[in-house]
Amino acid sequence: MTRVSPREALSDALVMAQRELGATLRKPALLVVSIVQPVMLLLIFRYVFGGAIRTPNGSYANYLLPAILVLTGIFGSLMTGIGISEDLAKGVVDRLRSLPMARAAPLVGRTLSDLVRNAVSLVVMLGVGYLVGFRPNQSIDRFLAAMALVLAFAYVFSWISATIGLLARDPETAQSLGFIWVFPLTFASSAFVPTHSMPAAIQAFAQVNPMTLSVDAVRALTVGGHATTPLLGSLAWFAALLLVFVPLAVSRYRALE
Amino acid sequence: MTSVPAIQVEGLRKSFGKVVALDGLDLVGAEGRVLALLGPNGAGKTTLVRALATLLRPDAGRAVVLGHDVVADPLGVRREIGLAGQFAAVDEVMTGRENLIMVGRLYHLGRVESQRRAGEVLERFGLSDAADRRAGTYSGGMRRRLDLAATLVGRPRLIFLDEPTTGLDPRSRAQLWEMVEQLRDEGTSILLTTQYMDEADQLAQQIAVIDGGRIVAEGTASTLKERVGRSRLLVRLAERDRTEEARAALGALDGDGPPEILAPGELSLAMSADDLPARAVRALDRINAGIVGIEVRTPTLEEVFFALTGRRTDGERRTEEAA
Repeated sequence: MTRVSPREALSDALVMAQRELGATLRKPALLVVSIVQPVMLLLIFRYVFGGAIRTPNGSYANYLLPAILVLTGIFGSLMTGIGISEDLAKGVVDRLRSLPMARAAPLVGRTLSDLVRNAVSLVVMLGVGYLVGFRPNQSIDRFLAAMALVLAFAYVFSWISATIGLLARDPETAQSLGFIWVFPLTFASSAFVPTHSMPAAIQAFAQVNPMTLSVDAVRALTVGGHATTPLLGSLAWFAALLLVFVPLAVSRYRALE
Repeated sequence: MTSVPAIQVEGLRKSFGKVVALDGLDLVGAEGRVLALLGPNGAGKTTLVRALATLLRPDAGRAVVLGHDVVADPLGVRREIGLAGQFAAVDEVMTGRENLIMVGRLYHLGRVESQRRAGEVLERFGLSDAADRRAGTYSGGMRRRLDLAATLVGRPRLIFLDEPTTGLDPRSRAQLWEMVEQLRDEGTSILLTTQYMDEADQLAQQIAVIDGGRIVAEGTASTLKERVGRSRLLVRLAERDRTEEARAALGALDGDGPPEILAPGELSLAMSADDLPARAVRALDRINAGIVGIEVRTPTLEEVFFALTGRRTDGERRTEEAA
């Protein structure tokens, strides 16, 4: 049985990543769309609801922005599944699957290029955040660790999104399926309001929700607080989710007919 | 090397739920030839191509492409093939050249060789001028050409073309035929599917008629035509009232069976020998029958298909609708 060498597999993934990045550069609308949604949420929560929300120690901008950064990663990761389902619908995947490339390369390439795109979105969001009053006050190391965590979060969710895209097979379904899990994950968490005012059942969910853990860790690393517990919790979630969704997405891709 | 067939399929089966797409299909295609899979929509053409191109797993049976089993060694198959599916799978935001370079790199040709090879096939398919435009700006015919070009980048030994001209205008269709003919004349093995008789007739050295997930007939265009019936000699006379005399004159020749009167002034006689037309002309001349038309008609592939499957092809329906 013929196999693809590791060097070829890496090259395949990079060629695919390059393809996606090229497409993003030529259709910057996609990049804008994935930034507009978190910006709108940021403005709504900062200026519409923010005045009524009481958060522990400090400004609501400092409470809100870490959540918006993580959310930017989630919105960015939704594009992974939509892009994959577009390729499926257009017949591009058939062409790719008939080539002697590593079978996982299209998925690895796309999640990597989405990581780069998310990094760009993140920088933009930090700029917008600064304008609305976000003032990180921790060390540069802690700040960079927070950004790495946001990108890791986005990368993990790209694989979930990829799995959904492969199951949905068409872009419209992928988009609506994508949003179904985004809402509970985002709102039943500490992202916008502290969890202690929520009913017990939702609070229980919110406290183990990876969104809560990651947002809390990013908060601690950027504007102060206890980082270790939510950080370790986040990393445990990432490992578990990758262990489930990478093989799931790859096997779904292999099983396409 | 030449002893390995390009395609060897034995008892291949594939179902999608309750729909049987391939029903124990057997087929052998020689290397260096064009094999056309001819059949109506839903006959199993695309399913067979997808199974051979390792895009789907057969439920049972065996398919070997250039010596590689599609299930046991799919990568071995993919290194030897190029596939142009029913939809032109080109990336619209990339230029034609970038599309081809990407494919080259995924065949692991390396950066420099991929670029060189992309330039070469663009030239060959008359796309050099459009090479650095986005593929999204290409016409339908240009996209198909780019798609075909993409299948050649990796210098595959076998090319699959799934309905390569469906949806193309007549001019683009003729251009694409020309390109396939060129490849054929260079000795590339090609498996093409089509629902058009004229396409199979024009391009293929071997035709397999597929219906209900099986091959129902196989051979060259002419052997398939012979299976349905002999060629017939058709004669048209200037004067209708000479029909009976003409029948007697033709009856004296050793045709394959007695002459038939198709209409007043029109007769036919089954061909028995190559010199039958010449002898018929001489016999009719002797009685001054006044021949205004004479032709030898072989059955069309349309008629062959109808005889084999009891159904008309979409191609024929199309021309009937046009008429």
